[in-house]
Amino acid sequence: MKEQTVAATVENLEKVTAFVEKQLEDLPCPLKTRMQVNIAIDELFGNIAHYAYCPEIGLVTIRVEILKNPLAVIITFIDSGMPYDPLAKADPDTTLSAEARHLGGLGIYMVKKSMDDIAYEYKEEKNILRIKKLLE
Amino acid sequence: MTINMQKDGTTLTIALDGRLDTSTAPQLETALKENLAGVDALVLDMKGLDYLSSAGLRVILGAQKQMGRLGGLVIRNVNKLIMEVFEITGFSDILTIEQE
Repeated sequence: MKEQTVAATVENLEKVTAFVEKQLEDLPCPLKTRMQVNIAIDELFGNIAHYAYCPEIGLVTIRVEILKNPLAVIITFIDSGMPYDPLAKADPDTTLSAEARHLGGLGIYMVKKSMDDIAYEYKEEKNILRIKKLLE
Repeated sequence: MTINMQKDGTTLTIALDGRLDTSTAPQLETALKENLAGVDALVLDMKGLDYLSSAGLRVILGAQKQMGRLGGLVIRNVNKLIMEVFEITGFSDILTIEQE
């Protein structure tokens, strides 16, 4: 298990993405899967960076675990910002016209659709959001 | 992400390279804000784009709304993953996507 703690700012997205990519680089994992993981990091880390501590800046820890048989990655985002369960929101209506679209909740919806598992808990005053993606 | 712009009369073609995500989407938003005056056809060429997240979708939706329904915005050269993102989110129904 590897973890990294950074300030929850949009500027750190690249650093966090690179950290997770590094943990996956030697694994036999399709490019598409890597990109889906990157999108999930963008959505989840981006949410924390924008809202968790607003207007202050706090810390977020990203933990990466690799599971075997079947090969999978678990990425956990831990922050001490205000309690927020992104899974509590209803899925957006993806059939609306461009004019009627508002885009709220679309990011988390994409994560739900592309990851194999997603779970949230609030424990010891921390938001703990975990995603799992099978790599093969 | 790098943004390459080419203007031909009232047609603006923007080629995107890299990742259109939370940290880079504001660049595209600014480029659109500064260059859409007098443009009646906008082309977003995604040939060099690896992926996009909802922050990118938000900017594309804004461009779609601004350019109107009549094919004012055309998205070109979408890779498989980006197409999947458009399909999952229903964007494939509201965008004009042309593949080479």
